[in-house]
Amino acid sequence: MDMGTFRGITTLLILIAFIGIVVWAYSKRRRRDFDEAAHLPFADEQEDTQRDDYTSPDEVDSRQDRGDKNT
Amino acid sequence: MNTAFEHPTYNYKVVRQFAIMTVVWGIIGMSLGVIIAAQLVWPELNLGLPWTSFGRLRPLHTNAVIFAFGGSALMATSYYVVQRTCQVRLISDKLAAFTFWGWQAVIVSAVITLPLGYTTSKEYAELEWPINILIAVVWISYAIVFLGTIKQRKTSHIYVANWFYAAFILTVAVLHVVNNAAIPVGALKSYSIYPGAVDAMVQWWWGHNAVGFFLTAGFLGMMYYFVPKQAERPIYSYRLSIVHFWALITTYMWAGAHHLHYTALPDWAQSLGMIMSIILLAPSWGGMINGMMTLSGAWHKLRTDPTLRFLVVALSFYGMSTFEGPMMAIKTVNALSHYTDWTIGHVHAGALGWVAMITIGSMYHLIPRLYGETQMHSNKLIAVHFWLSTIGTVLYIAAMWVNGILQGLMWRAVNADGTLMYTFVEALEASHPGYVVRWIGGLFWVVGMLLMALNVYMTVKRSNTESQPLPQTA
Repeated sequence: MDMGTFRGITTLLILIAFIGIVVWAYSKRRRRDFDEAAHLPFADEQEDTQRDDYTSPDEVDSRQDRGDKNT
Repeated sequence: MNTAFEHPTYNYKVVRQFAIMTVVWGIIGMSLGVIIAAQLVWPELNLGLPWTSFGRLRPLHTNAVIFAFGGSALMATSYYVVQRTCQVRLISDKLAAFTFWGWQAVIVSAVITLPLGYTTSKEYAELEWPINILIAVVWISYAIVFLGTIKQRKTSHIYVANWFYAAFILTVAVLHVVNNAAIPVGALKSYSIYPGAVDAMVQWWWGHNAVGFFLTAGFLGMMYYFVPKQAERPIYSYRLSIVHFWALITTYMWAGAHHLHYTALPDWAQSLGMIMSIILLAPSWGGMINGMMTLSGAWHKLRTDPTLRFLVVALSFYGMSTFEGPMMAIKTVNALSHYTDWTIGHVHAGALGWVAMITIGSMYHLIPRLYGETQMHSNKLIAVHFWLSTIGTVLYIAAMWVNGILQGLMWRAVNADGTLMYTFVEALEASHPGYVVRWIGGLFWVVGMLLMALNVYMTVKRSNTESQPLPQTA
């Protein structure tokens, strides 16, 4: 195989890998898992024995519903 | 330290140690920067001594800010984030303590050997072989503690910040071992096993990935935890963060050759480095947008929260320097910018604007929580620190842009008969005002760090007095 073909094939493989990652990340099936993962930084607050500065994700949403759209 | 705020689950002791040392090394590393910046304005300040000459203090400055300040910050935050997002204690307190004392020993060895002139002469890998072996041992222990903790996690997912930290730890281990492969010929003298252009390529494969993984992936891990926490809302798009992660780590590996444009490196390797550097713009900006958009609907918080301001302005500088970098990697632009002060300016847009500001923002979130508080002693001092850092960075990079373009144009200017229009020293003289401005920008930074130290001291002291009457939690 000459170098040009080899480079072409590797470029194609990387392109396919990239599209694969995007499709996987944005697939509907993964949605729930990723939403859960996105809230992990806030998940250990309830068991925290220290001062309570916890804002639940629901509270953030409801705050937004109350018109907190200060952009 | 008072045991009253020992967390029932987590190991906060090692996090506290690294967090405090982050501030200490920040002050030392940046002060060294100010000293060498002053030496470029007033050369007599090298005192005529070998130990205080620019050539020896400059690697001490870079090692102190990158590996002492940045490294301590990465270890502090990674140990904190991995415990809190995996909801489990570090797997080994002893090994974690070893990483702290081992890392400090590495830095102290650097502080001793670099001014004495012991150096491998590889940029950002100047330390000699016995210290390199210690670094490898400490780093592998760090990897065991971090990855072992992830393995024990109580949550089903591995939060994206941990992915970035893990990539940074693993890649730096590989890069460090490969780049420092050398044959020792004395107690503090060794020769690289790679010859000529291969050595240069390996060196910049390390050098650029020290930027890409140490100074970018690691600090992106910090960003993915502390920006959502301080803004009190989850990251804008978790899905984008996954694409960001894989795209960034696969692309960064290939960009190092842009440090060797127009050298003995084969032309195809230079072009590959250039193209990969340009592609890097996409994942870099994807990450920046992800961080910024986390604030959508919460922009008003910037008015009252200087800590959040640090984090967001860090992202702005990240976006700016990851645009500037790919542009400078284009060969024709590089022909103008290479070997000029523009490069130094670009590095500091990233190092001060991105790395230091995201670190400082994270520390202002982290430090009070490590001592059982939610707020730093003084919010006003944070605000003052924020403006000192921002103005200092702008002064620094603007001065270096002007100097860099001026030097590049003066060096390439030719007369009609093909001879050079300017001598080197003429370009140096023209750079003098820029060096003064850069030095002032550095001073702004050091003053800001001293205010931070005061604020941290007061926060720790307050929490000590407050927690005196409390019974022990244990």
